[in-house]
Parts: sequence; structure tokens; C-alpha cells
Amino acid sequence: MNTAGHGAAVQIEACGKTFADGTRALDPATLDIARGETLVLLGPSGCGKTTMLRIIAGLELPDAGGKVLFDGKDMTSVPIERRNVGMVFQSYALFPNMTVADNIAYGLKIRGVAKDERAARVAELVALTNITGLENRRIEQLSGGQRQRVALARAVAIRPGILLLDEPLTALDAALRDRLRSELNRLLRALGITTIYVTHDQAEAMELGDRIVVMRKGAIAQIGTPREVYFAPRDRFVAEFIGAANIVEAPIDNGELILPGGRLPIRDGATGANATVMIRPETIRVTDAEAAVLSGVIDSISFVGDRQRIVVSGASSKPLNVDAPNTILAKVGDRIGLSIAPDALRMLPSEP
Amino acid sequence: MSQRSFVWFCLLPLAVVTTAFFLLPMARLVVAGAEGPHGLAGYLAILTEGRYRATLINTVLLAAATTVVTLIVATIAGMFLQRHRFPGRAVLIAMLTFPLAFPGVVVGFMIILLAGRQGLIGDLSNRIFGEKLVFAYSIYGLFLGYLYFSIPRVILTIMAAVQKLDVGLEEAARSLGASPWAVQRDVVLPALAPAFVASGAIAFATAMGAFGTAFTLATNIDVLPMLIYTEFTLAANFATSAALSVGLGLITWLILALARTFSGSAVAAAG
Repeated sequence: MNTAGHGAAVQIEACGKTFADGTRALDPATLDIARGETLVLLGPSGCGKTTMLRIIAGLELPDAGGKVLFDGKDMTSVPIERRNVGMVFQSYALFPNMTVADNIAYGLKIRGVAKDERAARVAELVALTNITGLENRRIEQLSGGQRQRVALARAVAIRPGILLLDEPLTALDAALRDRLRSELNRLLRALGITTIYVTHDQAEAMELGDRIVVMRKGAIAQIGTPREVYFAPRDRFVAEFIGAANIVEAPIDNGELILPGGRLPIRDGATGANATVMIRPETIRVTDAEAAVLSGVIDSISFVGDRQRIVVSGASSKPLNVDAPNTILAKVGDRIGLSIAPDALRMLPSEP
Repeated sequence: MSQRSFVWFCLLPLAVVTTAFFLLPMARLVVAGAEGPHGLAGYLAILTEGRYRATLINTVLLAAATTVVTLIVATIAGMFLQRHRFPGRAVLIAMLTFPLAFPGVVVGFMIILLAGRQGLIGDLSNRIFGEKLVFAYSIYGLFLGYLYFSIPRVILTIMAAVQKLDVGLEEAARSLGASPWAVQRDVVLPALAPAFVASGAIAFATAMGAFGTAFTLATNIDVLPMLIYTEFTLAANFATSAALSVGLGLITWLILALARTFSGSAVAAAG
């Protein structure tokens, strides 16, 4: 594939969006997306992620003062048809009056590419997206997963500078979603196009994103690599939205977090009457209750196969979720000890 | 009473009405058509007799023109009305669909008020060019009248179809580089094809058979319903008018069937 390396760098400068009825969909946001990077816009519904994508696509105009640049060129007032972006929609939006091959070739036909060249490009793309043999099918004869592949093939056929994906896997069932996610990941790496991917699914964001932009209520909550947003969330919202998190509010005394079930040493010398701390369930180790600095009583156990989720009460002001190895034999009502490495305690700013 | 006989019992009123008011008169009409001096050949008169054939061609052309122009006007208007919200929109839609409530006579009357001898257009042209423009009593007046009452029938169907269009399809086409014209040609119009066939058929059939407007406007307009009326009332030529009536029905049906077959592939494609 000679598609690699034709991605464009994207800059978004102070792009906000207020709709005609006065609703603020997006606060002015600034973002730099490197050439070839896969950036994921992640957040709950109504957080502004789709609006941001549509501004980059050229389907929405940012409020006055906002600017969209591709490779340093101002594209703000250029309509989508002249932005050379590939787009995959949640509904796939495949043309029902065309075959699979005609769908994939549509952008090339519009560009006046010769018939032979179009056919060659279609052949290349059906092979790449694993839909060989479906070229002459009608859209209504395809399964959801096949439609998703056709939509992707159609979007990349035009060799776009930027690939925009709006919740492309949301309409599929869970098993297929997982399979297509890794397939998509492999494909995006192979293509090397600058990709902006909108999703509300944090697992998708983690697997696909070079960087994740976590959004909330029309504003950017945090930008970082998957590891950064997971291990070092900037606030409580990010901590709870990405992965599972125990949020503990407790006073600190002499380098230790004072909890109802004991004391936890913390790393840095933070002090304060009331600290907010995030503890990921998988960082808590189950130990013997007698020797432990922190202990509690098992409220419930859910065995999920590769591990078990134990809810422990009495250790903290709120029950703690603990992901324990599946070999530990314990039962509800047992008193257990908990140990947490100081590094695993992540201080969060207190909520106003 | 078993389930089956209950269903038949419920269908009885329909059967009675259909037989009494549809099948029997139709049968009688078909028989009457063959009772003229030329017998069954009377049916061919619609095609062989010069005057009848000219009228038939006239009527088909008028109905076809009405259908095409109605579809163009109603599609543009319907798409605009469905996609935009503005003050007075509801009133405008109500006004556009108002002619549904008028009988053909009233529509004819309105055409006379507009383009008749005392009409608005005549007045205006008289003042500007010193010549009275009068076309109410010609086939152009009739065309205008048919257009007036065909548009509401089509516009509502088109609006419903536009509402069901996936905006994503248009956005996808644009993202692939399609200009606004190309989007209409490749995405929107194919998706609306079923609505065009359905509403176009109604407009065509209505224009073929409409009588009230023609009767109000005129004396010298040759369309089939008028011809049937004159043969029947003035010439008391029962057999010919019956044969013409059957012919009108058959030809309308045939053209619609052809149109449906012809556009069948387009409709299936728009799936």
C-alpha cells in the first residue's frame, strides 16, 4: 500500500460552537494533531465530541474566532467537499442505490479518476478490508460488520489527508465490536493517515488512540496518552470515566491517609484536612487481616473468570472495589487486609 | 360461527357495495360501448377516428406535462419546506395544501379570475403592453389549473419522503467530494424515486380524468373527459361515450403500469 504518509497535520484554534437556539455545544477548544497520529475524542453523549469532529470535517462552522488548519493552511471556510477528508458515520451512510464497488469508487468517480484505475483501487481496498467477493452486492444484502468495512473502504479510497470516524463500531454487537476494533487498529497503523476517532467507549479509546482527548460538557477535561489518562487522571471525572476507580476522600496526617479501616502511607508529602484520592481496583492487594495496615469486611464477590471483583466495606468511608486474583478463596463476611503501594494512590484536586 | 365465516361476513358490505356500484356499472359500460352502430369496432374509434385520437393525444400530453412540472415544483418546494424552519412555515404549508379542498369547478373559476377576460393578468398586461393577455380558456389555462391542484397531492408525499432521508448520506457524498448538484443527482433523487413514482401516478391519473376544471374553463378545450361529456349529453351518443370512457380508463392504467415497470429498477435501486 502506498497510502502511508499522506496524512495532514490538524490544528484547531479556539473552536467553539453555539447553535442557533443558543445551546453551547462546545467551549472554545484548541488542539494540535500530529501528522499520522490517531487521536480519540472520548466522552459521554452530549460532551461535544461529535461537534468537534464535525467542525474538523467542515460540516459545522465554528463560532467566530475559531480556526481549523490542515498542514498550516486555514480551512475554516472551506466546505467539506474540498477538504479531502474521509469520513465514516455511525449509521455508515452507504448509498443504497449503488453496489459495494460503486460505493467504494464513488469518491474517485467524482474526482474523475479513469475507470480502470478506479477498479484497481477498489480491488486493493476490498482486499485490505477483507470484503473480497462482495463487490457486486447491494448494501441491504450486507451484515453490519460488512457495512462497517465498506464504509471504511469508501472513506479511505480517496486517499484522504484526514480520516474521521464517528462512533464507527457502536452499532455492532459486542463480540463483533471487539474483533473489528483490533482489525481497525491494524488498518489505521498500516494506512498511517491522521485519524480522529469519536467514541464513548473507553476501551476503544485505549486500544486505538495514540492520544485521548477526554471531553465533558463541551470542554476538554484532559489530553494525554492512554497511559497518562489512565494512571494520571487530572480530575475525578476523568478518573471515573476511564476504567474503574475508587475515589476516597479522607484527611491526611503525617504522610498517611487516615481511613476508618486503618492508615495508608502516601508517596509525596501532601497534607490537607481533606484529600481526594483515586485508587484503581487492580492496584489493591489482598493480604492477611492481622498484619495489614488497612482492613475491611467483604460485602460481595463477583467472579468474572480471569479475576474477581471484591467489594470491601469498613476500610474506607465508602466500600472499596478490589480486583483480586481468581485464586484467592474468600467469602462474604470475611475480614481481609488490604495493601496498596504508595505509588498507586493518585491525588486529585478536590471538587469545588 | 367459525373464524372463517366471520371474516366473510365482515367482508359482505364491501362485496355488496363493490358489486352494486363498481362492477355492475363497469360491466354495463363495457357492454354499452359495443352497442353502437359499429359494434366492438366502436372501441377502436378512440384510436382510429382522427378527432378522438387527437383528443386522446392532447389529454395524455397535458397530463404528462402536468405530472412532470408538478414533480419539479413540488420536489423543490417540499425539500425546502421539510429542511427549513422559518416563521410562517406552517401557514405556507397549509396554503399549499389548500387546493385539496376545492372541487375542480372552483379551481377553474380561480383560473378565470386570474387569466380570464376580466382577469388579473389581462389587466396587468393591458396596462403595461396595451394588450390583454387571456389564456384561461385554452389548454394553458387548464394546465395551470391542473398544476394548482396536483401540487398539494405531490408535495405532501415528497415532504414525507424527504423527512425519511438519512442526512448522513448527503454528508457522506459531500465528504467524498461531491458538489451540491452531484449530491442531488447521485443520492437525493435516487432515494426519492419511489415517492416520485407514487405521487406522479396520482397526479397523472387525476389530470387524465379531471373534468370540473375543464368544464368551467371551456368551450374549446379538447380533453377526453370533455369529449365524453359532449358525446353523452349533447350528441346522446351512448355507445361512443361508453367506449371512450373505457378507453380513457384503460389507457391511463396502461401508461401508469408502463411507468411503474420502467421506473421499477430505479425504485428497487433506491431500496
